[in-house]
Amino acid sequence: MADNPKGVQDKKGMSRRTFMKNTGLVAGGVVGGGLFGSLLTNQLQDKPAVQSTQENGLIQDARVFFSRGQDFDILAAATERIFPKDDLGPGAIELGIPYFIDKQLSTEWGINAKEYMKGPFAVYTTNTGTHNNSRNQSQQGPNAETQVPAPTPRYQTKMTRSEIFVTGLREMDNVAQKEFGASFVKLTGEQQDEVLRMFDEGKVDLKGIGSKNFFNMLLQTTLEGAYADPVYGGNKNMMGWKMKEYPGPRASYMAQIEVDEFVKLEPQSLRNYQGH
Amino acid sequence: MVIKLEKVDVVVVGTGWAGGVVCAELSKAGYKVVALERGKNQTREDYIGVKDELRYTNRYEMMQNLSSETITSRNNLDEVALPVRTRKEMMAGTDLGGGSVHWAGACYRWTPYDFEIKSKTIERYGKGKIPEGMTIQDWGITYDEMEKYYDKWEKTAGISGEADPNPLAAKRSSDYPNPPMKESPPIKLFKEATKKLGYHPFQVPAGNLSQSYTNPDGEAMNACMYCSYCTQYGCDFGAKSDPLVSVIPTATKTGNFEARVGANVRRVIYKNGKATGVLYVNTLTGEEYEQPADVVVLAAFTFTNNRLLLLSGIGEPYDPKTRKGVIGRNYNGQFGITFLGARGFFDEKKFNYYAGAGALGGVISDYAADNFDHTNLNFLNGGGIEMRQYGSGPIATNKVPKGTPSWGAEFKKKSVHYTNRSLVVWYTSANMAWWHNYLSLDPTYKDDNGDPLLRVTFKYTDQDRNIAKFGIEKSREIMEAMGADIVDEDEVPQEFDHVYDGGHYAGGVIMGTDPATSAVNNYLQMWDAENIFVIGASAFPQFAGHHPTETVGALAYRASEGIEKYLKEGGMLVAKKEVSTQV
Repeated sequence: MADNPKGVQDKKGMSRRTFMKNTGLVAGGVVGGGLFGSLLTNQLQDKPAVQSTQENGLIQDARVFFSRGQDFDILAAATERIFPKDDLGPGAIELGIPYFIDKQLSTEWGINAKEYMKGPFAVYTTNTGTHNNSRNQSQQGPNAETQVPAPTPRYQTKMTRSEIFVTGLREMDNVAQKEFGASFVKLTGEQQDEVLRMFDEGKVDLKGIGSKNFFNMLLQTTLEGAYADPVYGGNKNMMGWKMKEYPGPRASYMAQIEVDEFVKLEPQSLRNYQGH
Repeated sequence: MVIKLEKVDVVVVGTGWAGGVVCAELSKAGYKVVALERGKNQTREDYIGVKDELRYTNRYEMMQNLSSETITSRNNLDEVALPVRTRKEMMAGTDLGGGSVHWAGACYRWTPYDFEIKSKTIERYGKGKIPEGMTIQDWGITYDEMEKYYDKWEKTAGISGEADPNPLAAKRSSDYPNPPMKESPPIKLFKEATKKLGYHPFQVPAGNLSQSYTNPDGEAMNACMYCSYCTQYGCDFGAKSDPLVSVIPTATKTGNFEARVGANVRRVIYKNGKATGVLYVNTLTGEEYEQPADVVVLAAFTFTNNRLLLLSGIGEPYDPKTRKGVIGRNYNGQFGITFLGARGFFDEKKFNYYAGAGALGGVISDYAADNFDHTNLNFLNGGGIEMRQYGSGPIATNKVPKGTPSWGAEFKKKSVHYTNRSLVVWYTSANMAWWHNYLSLDPTYKDDNGDPLLRVTFKYTDQDRNIAKFGIEKSREIMEAMGADIVDEDEVPQEFDHVYDGGHYAGGVIMGTDPATSAVNNYLQMWDAENIFVIGASAFPQFAGHHPTETVGALAYRASEGIEKYLKEGGMLVAKKEVSTQV
């Protein structure tokens, strides 16, 4: 598979430093000099002999799936637009969502190990939308609680999720080049939103999967990264749970179930719960 | 080389509620029973310390690995069916205890109307009320005959509940063995609102135990802690009634029972009108075994029961063009267009919605079954209206009012704001059977053994869309009465979306009195093979407007009685009654 299916060459590779600067720009200067910047700086420096829990967590922040830094940088910028930092709390980058997604793509889920992947494949190049046009999957259903709205949830491509992500992110960069003449990570926040919206609306011809399906996957994994247990690399220091006042896994809510007022409990993670 | 094993009295395929009950009853009666389960062993220890939303709710840890086998799906007879490839779209239980381990726990008895739906509809509304092509039929058993099996299963499972206060509710011979679960503030709100509207609310009867309990077989269960890791999880506290805490240990204690895991059954071996045993593959080694038995019980999921019969060439496959044949006929279930309703957003209230249990909730049956007059309605049957407090993980609680963008700054604000401020009321509507909805083998797609996959052909009808619309309207009225600031309605989908979640799939090996239109008699004994019993929701001729599990459990007790009778006396347990050749 060609890296840039439409033959668009990147003008130059982006350094981590440029990315930091640009991320700062796109997020209105909120992130650039702040936590994400120091996060990267920390990684480049020698580690102190004894580390706090937080620093210990950061050791795990390295790519294990994406081989190209640039793919990862596009992912980071896109997830930050989907789940931006605001006065409620951290955004995608601060929560570690790009690393969460990177790790997920190297699991059995990322390579579709437990899915039916035998042919023949009816490859949808765009979202056909012939099924379930009107029903918002996220609204109802006994087990539909976590589904992101998708006009057709049928997965009929030969591509694995990890292949879809690499293809989708590179196409995102191609679209950025075509529409705005610059790499996705160099665009303003509004421009990035516009590119994301084109994917969300299925307007980009993404071979083998359809741009809307890719976008839904990106959106779903972004939300998972914000709120899954921190053991998976996102939801840094349970900051996602703190925003939602979610207490984490516990043995019992017997004391809360009948109480009229909202009972706020300090969150606990799986690590606490398993007693390590 | 097929390794031939020693003959047993009964071989049971599947270890969920259907198979588990049979294993317990027959081994208690002194028969040698072997159960074959394609998944792995699992016990309560497997769930301790793993309350992990991503792993279980979003990555479907407890669901069947589809890499070898799934189903294919289409809407219309002239379409090419496509495989349902991911576990997001196809959730079937696997491992010891089957889907009965990850279930939520809602336990409803079906009503007298449900078992005699065709006769009772004609009696009340006349023949013309049943539209052309709707193939609903009576079960060949009445509620009064089913009552003792319902009662027995409720006691085995330790159901927590209160009798339905609706004056039209079916009679019960005894109370539930345990009191109802706790009333959380959202449930109180639901009950107050529905009472105000003149309905008869009650607590959802639950397989989540309201107190510690020892069942008649001596199996002890604990009281539910409302931890919310329930539906799609195994219970770490032994407080959700499932085969692992009840019927499987009961069978094991007898010394007459063996559960063999990693045993994937490929065929029922069938000669001269009788089964001689089953052929299965050890999923770890690939070795093939033949397990001979006097009685073969198929108690797997609906899809597997149908597929095994079709692969084994037992019973005449249903052909929608001629409308003849039985295996695969009357495929039905609750999915997609069912469980629609209204979501309310409360600006002034905040609920402890991180807490909950699978079947914790309130319900009314005022619009269920034929409890309301259908003379001027454009559909038959009905459903329960429920408000559940499952308890939600933080990935699940991203509900926002309609019109909110699905990502970005505004989405984030609203999704965080409404995390503990939204509730759902839904209609658990019935699903009727139609000539064009059926199961067959797929002509193209195969499993790892080279055997064809099962193909589902299913589409919605006006009946489905009308009943859904009715339920959504009633749900909205209730949600408004509950005081929600914003009420969003579900939209009625035009067509079935090929998503197989929730586990309520039924039919294909249906019960009845006439071998031309049913595969099994009211003991779930096959008309075409007296020593094959096919148990589970596959026996439902159509789906009632409430959850299926209790009826599966009750039918398993009915079948166990029949199997024992057959082992003693042999022969067909019920005389064939050829009442009609066509609907």
